[in-house]
Amino acid sequence: MSPTKTEAEIVLRLDQITKRFGKLVANDAISLTLHRGEVLALLGENGAGKTTLMNILFGHYLADAGSVTAFGQPLPAGQPKAALAAGIGMVHQHFTLADQLTVLENITLGTESLWSFGRGRATALAKVQALSRDFGLAVDPHARIADLSVGERQRVEILKALYREARILILDEPTAVLTPQEAEALFQTLRLATARGLSVIFISHKLHEVMGHSDTCVVLRHGCVVGQVATRDTDRHALAAMMVGAEMAEATVAPGVPGPVRLSLRNVRAGPLREVTLDLRGGTITGLAGVSGNGQAALADLIGGGLLPEAGVMLVDGTALPKWSPRAAIAAGVGRIPEDRHKTGTVADFTLAENAVLETYATRFARAGFVDWAAVRRHTETLIAGYDVRCPGPEARIRLLSGGNMQKLILGRVMEEAPGILIANQPVRGLDVGAIAYVHGRLVAARDAGAAVLLISEDLDEVMGLSDVIHVISEGRLSPAFARGALTQGELGLWMAGHGFGQGLTDAA
Amino acid sequence: MRLEPVANPTLLRQLGLPALALAATVLVAMGLALLAGANPFAVLGQILTGALGSRLAVLETLNRATPLIFTGLAVAVAFRAKLWNIGAEAQLYAGAIIAVLLGTGALGAPFVLPVSAAVALLAGAMLLLVPVLLKVRLGVDEVVTTLLLNFIMALFVSYLLEGPLKDPMGMGWPKSPALTPDARLPRIVDGLRLHWGFGIALIAAVIVWVVQTRTTLGFEMRAVGSNIRAARFAGMPVNAVLVKTALLSGGLAALAGWSEVAGAKGHLSLDLSPGFGYTGIIVAMLALLHPLGVVVTALFVAGVFVGADAMSRSAGVPTYIADMLLAVALLFMVLGIALTKVRVVRG
Repeated sequence: MSPTKTEAEIVLRLDQITKRFGKLVANDAISLTLHRGEVLALLGENGAGKTTLMNILFGHYLADAGSVTAFGQPLPAGQPKAALAAGIGMVHQHFTLADQLTVLENITLGTESLWSFGRGRATALAKVQALSRDFGLAVDPHARIADLSVGERQRVEILKALYREARILILDEPTAVLTPQEAEALFQTLRLATARGLSVIFISHKLHEVMGHSDTCVVLRHGCVVGQVATRDTDRHALAAMMVGAEMAEATVAPGVPGPVRLSLRNVRAGPLREVTLDLRGGTITGLAGVSGNGQAALADLIGGGLLPEAGVMLVDGTALPKWSPRAAIAAGVGRIPEDRHKTGTVADFTLAENAVLETYATRFARAGFVDWAAVRRHTETLIAGYDVRCPGPEARIRLLSGGNMQKLILGRVMEEAPGILIANQPVRGLDVGAIAYVHGRLVAARDAGAAVLLISEDLDEVMGLSDVIHVISEGRLSPAFARGALTQGELGLWMAGHGFGQGLTDAA
Repeated sequence: MRLEPVANPTLLRQLGLPALALAATVLVAMGLALLAGANPFAVLGQILTGALGSRLAVLETLNRATPLIFTGLAVAVAFRAKLWNIGAEAQLYAGAIIAVLLGTGALGAPFVLPVSAAVALLAGAMLLLVPVLLKVRLGVDEVVTTLLLNFIMALFVSYLLEGPLKDPMGMGWPKSPALTPDARLPRIVDGLRLHWGFGIALIAAVIVWVVQTRTTLGFEMRAVGSNIRAARFAGMPVNAVLVKTALLSGGLAALAGWSEVAGAKGHLSLDLSPGFGYTGIIVAMLALLHPLGVVVTALFVAGVFVGADAMSRSAGVPTYIADMLLAVALLFMVLGIALTKVRVVRG
């Protein structure tokens, strides 16, 4: 913010960091400097080397070459403890908190020596409360982690780092799990932190955050720094171009042509879902916005056959199906792109070919109980070619593929069956810009071919950009349908935070 | 010292480390021989000649490998689907009991062998069906239930041999009457002491391999074992797959006991199996659960046992060295295989 940033003290310097994994150069002579009071955004596609770089900085990996200097002192390589002691605090994407302990216990965990256990509690409490107040991190120190929301847990992680006297905060995709309002609060905290002389590195995919809240942007591509610019001297298009290496036009999606209702839910209760009423129409992308963990997984499971309705009615093409299971769903023309492609979408040790027929081996590729592997192989080659899956071939283990290529194979597996109903649960999570555009294009193509698409995403931009109709899910409740453009981002954010539901339900009734 | 994953292990790593494990095993074996007060090189030589040194020795090794192939396959099939069948020993005895029940005069010439084999298969399958149903219906841990069934079965066999199945002409020994000649498995080659149980075991290995790699059931078994969540999501009938796996595994283990009684021994006694069911776990693990690999490792393990027996007779070193050798081999092999996937980094 202040024009004298570049003259401020350098608190962290990475010098010519190089890291190879076999033939892959994950980090190629990366250098960067962080100044006191600066917010540095680290941008890059997936696989660009951001996480590797942060893991080296934090001592989880050993660099093959290069050095790290913090506050003028060289940081010994490969020692997370040294990084902590030097005042570097990391807030991981996946929190590292003990659910059964309180906020205070989590924060002080590991900082007390064995001898002083139990003492110094009041001091610790006072310190946590002071930090809470100074940095705008409102959270009850005596609450159990299990009872906290995702946003609150992140605040605890930040408090934990601050409690350990961190002078440099590193946040790995901090807003991925937050509502727009929570994200705004987070950036407010970061501003308070830099005002007190702390420095921040945050990793992000979201260009508007980077533009709105950083002083400097460093863009990585293929393990190299391709650009370091002052944020005020650049714009979103320039950054996107740097990330992918080419100027990208922002896609605008034409509205779909609504067809008949393919699937409808009437007052369905199932797992965490409460009285959900929903229509999925052919030729329509129905977007489901919401903060993760509010029932999206249950809704996807329900339509995908993994969860049975406890009450209410579910109709597929106007008829109630007597048996509901993943197999019944697939047979009824439901295509499923699962939320977690590693854990539910694929079998890591299986080949691409085996993964390509996980759902269809018995129906399309078997004769008398034997799998026709030659046909499977041909089918997989078609998918690889048709969906631009970059891989060594159908016999390669799928675990070797990047997330984007894995997702393209899943996409091909689902699309080849020409589903009438398509559930895409977080279809672009963790993908790079190129793969995101590809997946979105395919979803729109499926819609234009007449499919009823349910797009579940935590990224509000994605939902607003693609959907013809939007529902918001909060604590298992579904909002009424909003036409495209009917609500602003802020209004949707309020629904995501749970406002409006009581009223919405009476309206619907 | 830290561990880092290796993304693509080289061929040298994949083959070299197991070879190194074998070398380390031999070294430890020599150390053990030294501790027992014998010449380590002589002991090693005697184990080798004992296992492979003569036609008789080779035949003995093949005979000893037969039940191990069956139990190894039983374990490999189950473990591949992450069904932890520790009860091959009990299933083996179930097959052995059937061989006695049907082979001591109940059935005549052309039928007795195929019928008793089929019933033995079924008996072993049923014995594993109960634990697996408890697992899929109630979530009962099959490690515990299958393990405990081994002891129940041992006591049950003991009861049979002291009671209903006791040989009246057995001079008081707890053993069953001898099988009728019709009920005995013939020798593969006249005059050579190797019965058809070995041939059937080889055929079984090939069948299991074909099932695992070519059939929809095998595909499902491997998927359930590798990632049960993905298998369930893809719509595979996970519970049915586990039940079918159990039937196959239990049946294979039962054939081990059936072929020992009908082929090797001709009667049932309490010492029919010196832990073939448990050793099958080692056989399967050493083979990395590959059905054809099971044949190789069963031959290796049998050779170590037979060789150690012979060595013990001439060198006066206890045969326990064979057990220790196998245990050490397994440990080194597991470590070696683990190290193909990670590397040790100093730092």
